[in-house]
Parts: sequence; structure tokens; C-alpha cells
Amino acid sequence: MFVVKYRKIFYTLSTLLVLFSIFSITRWGLNYGIDFKGGSIIEVEYNGVRPSHDDITSIVRGSGVTSEIVVRPTGDKGYIIRTASLASSTVNVITKNLTSVSTVAGTSTVSATSSVSTIGVSTAGATTTGATIKRMDTVGPILGAELQSKSITSIILVILAIVLFITFAFRHVSKPVSSWKYGFAAIIALAHDVLVPTGIYAFLGRNGGYEVDALFVTAILVILGFSVHDTIVVFDRTRENLKLDDHHKEAFDKTVGKSISQTFARSINTSLTTILALIALFFFGADATRNFSLILIIGIVLGTYSSIFLGSPLLVTFWKSQKNK
Amino acid sequence: MKKVRISAILLLIFGFAVLSFDYYSQVPGQGFISNFPFKLGLDLSGGSHLVYQADLSQSGSVGGIKDLDGAMESLRGVIESRINAFGVSEPIIQTEKTTINGAEVRKLVVELPGVTDLQKAIDTIGKTPVLEFKIQKEGTSSEDVLNATKMEQAKLEASAFVGASSTTVNANISDSTSSLISLLNSTSTAVKSTSTVASSIDYSKLYSDTGLTGQYLKTASVQFDSNTRQPLVSITFDNTGKEKFADITGKNVGKVLAIFLDGQPISTPVIRDQIKDGSAVISGNFTPDEARTLARDLRYGALPVPINLIGTQTIGASLGENALKASVDAGMWGFLIIAIFLLLWYRLPGLVAIVSLTMYTIFMLAIFKLIPVVLTSAGLAGLILSIGMAVDGNILIFERMREELAKGHSLEDGIREGFARAWLSIRDSNLSSIITAIILYFFATSALIKGFALVFLIGVLVSMFTAITVSRTLLLALGVKHYRGIVKFLFGNGLKS
Repeated sequence: MFVVKYRKIFYTLSTLLVLFSIFSITRWGLNYGIDFKGGSIIEVEYNGVRPSHDDITSIVRGSGVTSEIVVRPTGDKGYIIRTASLASSTVNVITKNLTSVSTVAGTSTVSATSSVSTIGVSTAGATTTGATIKRMDTVGPILGAELQSKSITSIILVILAIVLFITFAFRHVSKPVSSWKYGFAAIIALAHDVLVPTGIYAFLGRNGGYEVDALFVTAILVILGFSVHDTIVVFDRTRENLKLDDHHKEAFDKTVGKSISQTFARSINTSLTTILALIALFFFGADATRNFSLILIIGIVLGTYSSIFLGSPLLVTFWKSQKNK
Repeated sequence: MKKVRISAILLLIFGFAVLSFDYYSQVPGQGFISNFPFKLGLDLSGGSHLVYQADLSQSGSVGGIKDLDGAMESLRGVIESRINAFGVSEPIIQTEKTTINGAEVRKLVVELPGVTDLQKAIDTIGKTPVLEFKIQKEGTSSEDVLNATKMEQAKLEASAFVGASSTTVNANISDSTSSLISLLNSTSTAVKSTSTVASSIDYSKLYSDTGLTGQYLKTASVQFDSNTRQPLVSITFDNTGKEKFADITGKNVGKVLAIFLDGQPISTPVIRDQIKDGSAVISGNFTPDEARTLARDLRYGALPVPINLIGTQTIGASLGENALKASVDAGMWGFLIIAIFLLLWYRLPGLVAIVSLTMYTIFMLAIFKLIPVVLTSAGLAGLILSIGMAVDGNILIFERMREELAKGHSLEDGIREGFARAWLSIRDSNLSSIITAIILYFFATSALIKGFALVFLIGVLVSMFTAITVSRTLLLALGVKHYRGIVKFLFGNGLKS
């Protein structure tokens, strides 16, 4: 099987990917969303022509926000406004001011004051355009801290449970490679499958404003499960082939190669159907789950790759190194 | 063969029945099954989500909060009645216990579907609970007042205020208390029959303020009458409260001194005597549980747990509607693309997989209705993802089956062997997803993630079931005997013929 034969090429490829990811994560860091660091988001959509970027900033500033204000346009008619965590009364003033802006052919008349929504409604000839507040989120620092600690706990728990599970599932396999080495190989594949999407996400966060939120953590956990799921199917086949070959006539690398080729179609096809579903979700699904589906697509492609090109060849490498001792 | 075919037909009929359930339970006015509509989360239906933190650092005049669960439960009850007065359909009010950086934190989570006026909701919920003692108005009769007072919780209808010493020390007075109780019991039945949820009764016509409020209350606890073993609620006022209470009870013997929590009466005792020492007993025909609830409300109504708003989320109805539509679209497209792939690559078994996948989806929808699972955009993403993953079981089986056929097994043996051998892989590989889903569910901080974890978990379990039962039965029921010619083509796959 070419996978086993040329395994060093795949090791190199994976190492490069992991190095890129580590660089990306340490260089740019993760762009945490308000879920984690706390803050407020207001999304507003105007029925007619939307006010200018600067107008929005000054409305928000004028409503009593002293912290940094980040305004990004969304779609053709909307804006997403991010600030530090705001009191509900301040949010209330902002939303009132935002929805009572009047626009005349792209230029808007705004005179927001810091008191509760005293908007000088525009001069004669202005067409007042309505606006709707599509969503408002405020996350206090306590909730952010809760999500941080629970995310870390759940990631550690999932990894622990998976290690235990693999060791348990392969406890009867000891020849010619002991069972904990299966676990070790699966963990390397796992680390690879999680590091690379995280690195890509750090890159996207730096260049496209992608934020790490609770759904990102969820996606990472799903990738963890999926990666092992995929690796296990190949290992399972190796286990079965070893059992069939009672007298160990066949060299271990041949057995692994055979197992990979036997599960090749299955691995690709099941991942393919999952990826097809996720692509549909990415293109047609809700905005809320778009980044989620993207990160899953990356993770599942990598999970499939690593189960074929990394996990099982590693078993052969382990076997070789213990043979040479 | 016959047996397998009958099972296959029964399975298909069952699938069809479940599909009808899925459909007709969405149509209103279908009787019983209309009780099972899909439950949509706030991110799909629009509404507001508020998270409060209970401030447990305070140790007020009642001597600190010892019973945290009780305090939170009491707080929940207070908030619930406020929201009911606000007029929201199907609100969710939950208390949560969580640990953040080693410290225990109690949260109160409020979900208000359809409410987008966040400020109004916050104002309604956030006001400090008020416990007040109110005396019946001049010129009204106790009986009329009691009859007119609809108790929000039909629990503490008849009761009387007596001095604490009278029940615990003096047996004679306690006897007379019992007779009063029995007298009051006759009126209590009338009250019970009219008791409904908070109504629009104008209590200001029945009661007037006394100036005595929860802030003067020192303790409230449950005791038992030494003679009758009836539960009693004993209360103690502080010095100022003692004087006020003595004054009120002195002037109004025989009248109703009702206790109001947030403007709703929670108990309507009648004053027996003047009580000078500031400690009184509320006696009545209540069960120990009811007495405990009253004591709890008195305690924490008097010193409610202060709450701080730590997070809010409001989703406009249009955004929710669009998210729902988009998720359904994504599901249909996803399904269609997978179906085309299966049919092209796996041919006849692919068709079986499509039927199996359809059944899977139908079952999932029914389970969402029955549990019920609150559907969020993440939950629907989980469903779509799980449809993609549910194919996995089928593909494992088909690939195995082809190998067995290649070894020269007969078709039926090939199918049976394929299933038997694939099962171990299916079980082991799904276990890791199950582990992930369970951990995710218990550590989820938001309804969105919890929704995803639940759907994902159910999805994995149901997909294992459909892969080994539905696909297997249907394939065997095809009853093809010989592996050659057209059959060979139909069972072949990929680019080979």
C-alpha cells in the first residue's frame, strides 16, 4: 500500500500543517468573540438606505458608550455594532436612537444626545426610514469566565475519555504492537486534527474577522469525536486482520497496508456524505451556523486524511522502532 | 424469506405511520396529537433570553442565606409570577448551579419567547420583591374579603394570627385556636373553589397598607402545634416591627391581615388577639409542605436574593424566521445531494440506504416532538450533520457486504455476514461520538449548545438502530438469489460495473 510505503511524505505534510498552525495561533492568537470575553452586539437593519458608518458610530457614541465601538456593515442594509459589555439601559437608548434615524438619499440627519432618545427628527423633505433591531446580545464577564472554564473542562474530559476508550477497545491486541500504542497513534492523529483547524481559524480570525465562540468549541469537540471514530475503523480492521492471521506469517506493515486499502473507500465515502451535508449547511443554512459548518468541514477533511495517512502508518513506525531495538 | 418480507413491509408501514404523526401533529386541531408541535428555541422563534446571577454574598437581617436551594426556588417562584403578570406565553424560568473558577455561582435563566422589548422585561423581572402586610379595609367583612381574595397558589386558604406564646405555652389558648381554625375552614372551601392563577382583582379595594413590610421581619420558620400536631408558621419581628405589629393587631382583632408578596396574596390570616411581643404564629389547615413554602416565602420574600443581570440576548422575529427557513433549506439540499451520491455510487443498496435515511429523519423528527427537544439553529445543524454521519453505518455494511460477495458467498450470506462484521466497527466508532455528545451536553453553557449536543446524541443512537435494522431488513427482503448479470450490476458500486 502506497500510504505505508510513502508515509514519510505524509508525515512531512502533516508536520508542515501543524507548524503553520502553531505559528498562526502564537503569532495571531485566537480572535475571541463576546461569548468568551464579554461585550455587547447589536445588529440593526434599515428598511431603506442605511446611514453611513460614521453616523452609526456617532449615534452609538452619543448614546453614552465610552468604550471602543466597532461597526461593521452586514448585508446591504445592516450594521453589526460591537462594544464592551453595556448596561441594558444603555442598550435601550442605543436601539431607540438607531431605529429613529432618518435618511435622505444616503445622507442622514442625526442628532442623538446622551439622554434617552432625543432625536431631532430630520428637516423637511426627509424620508424617515424604519429600522429593525435584529438582535442584541450582551455577555457579562461572569458568563465569559463560565464558558472559558467549561470549555477547557469539556475538552480535557473528551480527550481523557477517548484515550481510555481506545485503550479499552484495543486491550486484547498486543502483538506485535501493544495496545497503548494504538491509543498513542490515535492521540497524535487527534492532536493534528484539532490543531490544524484551530490554526486555520486563527488565520481567518486575523484576516476575516472570524470569532471563536461557544460553537467553535463545540465544533472542535465534534472533530475530536469524529477523528477517533475514523481512526478506529481502520484500527479495527487491523485488529481483525491480525486475528485472522494467527501465525503472524504476514509482516505487520503489510497487514496495516491491507487494512487501509480495505477501509479506504469506506473512509472517504462516509466523510464525503458528512461533508456534503455540511456544505449544504454552509451555503444554505442559518448565518449562526455558517462558521460552525466551515470549521467542521476543515476538521472532517483532516480527520479522514489523518486516519488514513497518519494514524495507521504511525503504527508501522512504532513497530519498526521496537523491532530495531 | 417470507418472514423478512413481512418485517420489511411492517417497517415501512411503521415509518409511514411515524411520518403521518410528524405531519399531522404540526396541523392544528387534530386532537391529541396536536399536543406535539416542534418546540423552537428563541434563536428560531425570536424572543429574549436573560441570565441573572444571584448575589449570595449578602447576609442580611435574617442571618444569612443558609438554604441556597430554597432561596433560589423561592426566587424562581417570585420571578415566575411576575412574568405571568407580564403576559408571556410559555416562558422558561430555570435556576442553575455552576462553578466558575472554583466558586459556586447560582444563576437564574429566563427565556421569554416573542418578547423583544428587552427593557420592559428587565424592569418587570428586576424589581425587588416586596413582602407586605395589609389589613382589610374599613367597613368590609372578613368573610367577604376572604372570599374575594383569590389565592394565586391554592395552598394557604385559612389561617389565623395568634401570639407565639399562646400555642407553645398555653394549652387553653391553643384549644381556642383550633376552634377558630375549624371555623375558618368553612370559608376556606369557598376560597379554594375560586382560586385561580393571578387575576386582575384590584386588591386596593379590599386591603389597605399598614406600613409593615418584610424588612421588619426577623425570622420565619415552621413549627408544630404541641397538641394537634398541626404545622404552624412562626414569625418574629424586629423592634420596630414589633411595635407596628402590636399596634396593628391591637386595633384590628378579628380582621384579616393578609400577607402580600409582589402584590399577590400568599396568606390571609385573621388576627385573633393583640400580639405585643413581636412573635406570632400563623396557624391554619395546611400540610407541612405548605407551611414550609409559606415560611420560605416569608423568609426570602423578606430578604430576597438580590439578582444581577449578567447577560441578555434578544433575537428579532424576522431573524429567527430566516434562520429556521435557512436550516430547513440546508437540510433538504443536504439530503438531496447525499441521496444522489448514494444512488450513483452504491446503486441498489444505495437506494436502500436512501429509504433507511428517510426513515432515520422521520424517526428523529418524531423523537424531537415526543421528548420534546427544543430546536435551535445549532440543533438543526446537528440534525443535518447527523444525516451525513448516519450514512456511515450503511456504507460500512455495504463495503463489507461487497467483500463477502467477492469471496464467493451467496448474496444472502454476503448480506448477513456484512452486517455481522460491520456491527463491531459501527459500535466502536459511534461510541466516541456518544462520549463527546454526553460531555458536551453536561458542560454546555447555552441552550444553543445543549440543543446541539442532545440532537447529536439522539442522532448517533437512532442511526445505529436504523443502520442495523432498517437497512438490513430491506436488503434481505429484496430476496435476490444469484449474484450475476443485472443483479451484479445493481449490487456493484463506484465506477466498476
